[in-house]
Amino acid sequence: MKLTKLLTGAAMALGLASAALADEKVKVGFVYVGPVGDGGWTFEHNEGRLAVEEEFGDKVETVYVENVAEGPDAERVMTQMALEGADLIFTTSFGYMDPTINVAKKFPKVMFEHATGYKRSDNVSTYSARFYEGRAVQGHIAGKMTKSNTVGYIASFPIPEVIRGINSAYIHAAKVNPDVQFKVVWVYTWFDPAKEADAAKALIEQGADVILQHTDSTAPQAAAQEAGGVITFGQASDMSQYAPLPRVSSIIDNWAPYYVARTKAVMDGTWESVDTWDGISTGMVKIGEISDAVPADVKAEALAMAKAIGAGEYHPFTGPLKKQDGSDWLGDGETADDGTLAGMNFYVEGVEGDIPQ
Amino acid sequence: MIRLEKRPQPSQTWSMATPLVAVVATMIFGGALFGVLGTNPLAAIRTIFFDPLFGEFAFYYRPQLLVKGAPLVLIAIGLSLGFKAGIWNIGAEGQYIIGALVGAGIGLAFYPLEAWYIFPLMILGGAFGGFVWAAIPALLKVRFGTNEILVSLMLVYVAEQFLASMSLGLMKNPEGFGFPGSRNLQEYASAHNTELIAGSGMHLGVVFAFIAVIFAYVLLNRHMLGFQIRLTGEAPRAARFAGVKPARLILFCLGTSGALAGLAGLFEVSGPAGQINIDFNVGYGFTAIIVAFLGRLHPVGILLAGGLMALTYIGGEIAQGQLGLPAAAIQVFQGMLLFFLLALDLLTNFRLRLAKGEVA
Amino acid sequence: MDLSAINPVLLIASLMVAATPLLLAAIGELVAEKAGVLNLGVEGMMIVGAISGFAISVETGSPLLGFCAAAVGGAVLSLLFVILTQYALANQVASGLALTLFGLGISSLMGQSYVGLKPPSTGEIHIPLLSDIPVIGPILFQHDPILYFGIALVAIVWALLKYSRVGLILRAVGENHDAAHALGYKVVRVRTLAILFGGACAGLGGAYISLIRVPQWTEGMTAGVGWIALALVVFASWKPWRALIGAYLFGGITVLQLNLQAAGVAIPVEYLAMSPYIITILVLVILSADKSSAPASLGRIFHASN
Repeated sequence: MKLTKLLTGAAMALGLASAALADEKVKVGFVYVGPVGDGGWTFEHNEGRLAVEEEFGDKVETVYVENVAEGPDAERVMTQMALEGADLIFTTSFGYMDPTINVAKKFPKVMFEHATGYKRSDNVSTYSARFYEGRAVQGHIAGKMTKSNTVGYIASFPIPEVIRGINSAYIHAAKVNPDVQFKVVWVYTWFDPAKEADAAKALIEQGADVILQHTDSTAPQAAAQEAGGVITFGQASDMSQYAPLPRVSSIIDNWAPYYVARTKAVMDGTWESVDTWDGISTGMVKIGEISDAVPADVKAEALAMAKAIGAGEYHPFTGPLKKQDGSDWLGDGETADDGTLAGMNFYVEGVEGDIPQ
Repeated sequence: MIRLEKRPQPSQTWSMATPLVAVVATMIFGGALFGVLGTNPLAAIRTIFFDPLFGEFAFYYRPQLLVKGAPLVLIAIGLSLGFKAGIWNIGAEGQYIIGALVGAGIGLAFYPLEAWYIFPLMILGGAFGGFVWAAIPALLKVRFGTNEILVSLMLVYVAEQFLASMSLGLMKNPEGFGFPGSRNLQEYASAHNTELIAGSGMHLGVVFAFIAVIFAYVLLNRHMLGFQIRLTGEAPRAARFAGVKPARLILFCLGTSGALAGLAGLFEVSGPAGQINIDFNVGYGFTAIIVAFLGRLHPVGILLAGGLMALTYIGGEIAQGQLGLPAAAIQVFQGMLLFFLLALDLLTNFRLRLAKGEVA
Repeated sequence: MDLSAINPVLLIASLMVAATPLLLAAIGELVAEKAGVLNLGVEGMMIVGAISGFAISVETGSPLLGFCAAAVGGAVLSLLFVILTQYALANQVASGLALTLFGLGISSLMGQSYVGLKPPSTGEIHIPLLSDIPVIGPILFQHDPILYFGIALVAIVWALLKYSRVGLILRAVGENHDAAHALGYKVVRVRTLAILFGGACAGLGGAYISLIRVPQWTEGMTAGVGWIALALVVFASWKPWRALIGAYLFGGITVLQLNLQAAGVAIPVEYLAMSPYIITILVLVILSADKSSAPASLGRIFHASN
């Protein structure tokens, strides 16, 4: 038993060494949970990969495997990349967390970057984007723009990331429009165009004239366009083909700067394990062009808010804030700590309905 | 005009040769496809079929073949019993999920107690969960004559919703910061389906898969029940005269295939996958149906077919990573392989004859 | 909770749109199954139809040509199934599953350059006067032409199956292929045509998703509709009008649960989402008293020398 283990270890080390000697190029691997043609989450990660290729040209080689199921398949794909000489591997889905840690243990010389997770080690970094910063800007525009005072929200799964977005949008919509009401629909999918379209239609038919979505397809945009008199926001990618109406702005996942920077760090030998949670300030979260359908003053306010968030002058979760049940959460001027935000599992005061369990 | 003539006996030679011919044909057509997509066809074929077995890193991929192939074989063996008797369980995916849920549920209920009896209990639970899920279509068929194809398929979607509900609710890891998914059983020694020999890929599920192959072989060839199964499939009326009780046969076939699918789910969740999560099931239950047919519903054939499917999955991933082939190209390639294997099976049972005038 | 927020008129109208892809795919599969062929490849044919239709209508700017292309695309894929099951006498269950795998793969290869595009709009037919009638107008007379085509297709299939010679032959082949063969009907030819019809309908259903319901192209966008269509055929016990009702029921439950959520009704989503499947099982149990409904030769292989 021990002999096998030894042999395996030796063979793996050999494989690594030979691969490293073979070429001077830095090899970067990407593991995707969906197809690169999903037009949303995976699409944007792949854009980041292409940006790395563009930035470093001949000095870098990128590889990717798409549609990798979370679990043992992911572990195998990562191992395969590491065996074949990848120096840096980005694993771009929450469900890759444990596989990433497992594989990283076996390949201490390979650097891993896991998106949206919370487990780190010497050669595993985590990175995620503060999408809620963008949600704050959207909430502001939504609160100002709604005439029916009804905002529809297409939510995917009841996880902290999504709940954070709902809270952030609601806080800033209610701030400028105390009468605003949020209707939240859980579709239990990240990506199902037909279901997203149905959800958007249901919300619109019940009087929502602003649709926010935390799912990746453009189906809600199309539904809003068909209904008319409804505004929407792009999610994950810009969805600019629906501008200027219904899409009035968007949150764009912009992984390119991070991917370029981390690849550079590996080239320079300065890579170390970090926990990155970046937002508007570094450009990881981008606010897509606010279209002319938004009045100039609202647009100016929205941009000012984005700027203040980016400069660190304003935190979207600033007290006084109460939880939905009326209990105190943040005192006057107090801002939420990252720990609470990362595990957020409650609505703030004013949001109606329950988070499904 | 080509005419088909039924052979008096299925041809032994062709039943051995067709899989090889099919693989070669797939290599030619698939190679052409890869060529069109701008990849060197020879390199692609070599990467898919050769590298996992004999390439530089075969020491890693060979065990992975067992890990990937074991659930396929385990499920397909169970399905083949029913298929032989004309009982169509196409809901193994659902039984796989429920088996994993029950098994993992038992393990999680004991957490953090460490005791020797936990894992055996989980195994029983997994088999029981799959059995119960398959017993629903079985009982409905026996009692009401309901079509088992549809009921078992519908129950897959019901099981998927249960899975989502459990990952987000009851089984959610209390220390998981609100993210969906259960505790990782790999970190809970008493519930962990470990590799029996480190680095070999041999976990208990693989052992069970081999046992299932032997069990099915003996059952079909040496046992009265196996004879009844074959008879029912080939000549249902004769079977009734021979004293076969259809109700018992239905319960046995569906129940066994459900239990095996449940076991596959349990071994997967407690071993390679580690946790219950929304996307826990990755289609083994459906792929196993194809594996069962590729193996001609014969235990040894299924073993080989499971290995072949696992090979194309793993080789396909390597081809994506190394050669930049899109995942879709691999899917098409697998589709082609299945088409050729299915189509060429014709030669086992029929002779091709050139005929003049008359059309079949 | 505010149930009054749900507008029943709009609910029914959007339910009809949600049901149309299901209906188109199911009616095609119904004809194939009536002829004794169980084609589990519906999902694959739908997605190939979705991209064929999308690509052609983007290239030509004509949704009509797109829908034609979708029908052709679905039929071409089903031709593979014909070759496998009718000429090579392969098992239908396995062939259908392989067809779905192949269709999903080939569709994403075909669609690589169409991600993120917007197709030309199909537009709605507003029948003058009729569409202005309150309540009935928006429900019945303000839809796209394909939706009406779907309903017309149900009527045509129903009439043909019930009253025409073609329908008689089709049913004869599905009930007892050996007897049909003895009567001189070309079993293989009839089944081939039925499968091609099924493929064309599935293709149309797929294109309805990519051109009207969503409209966009993304990989895997049919997201299981083809499988539900299969359930629907059995739910309908192979009767066209029941397929129509069933499609509205199946499509309706999704739309209804989303509407209830939006109205603030705290419903356990997963349990509601599984309800159409449980209802289908119940219906199957109830219908199974009616033993005559399933085509007797369904899924069985035919060879003239048997």
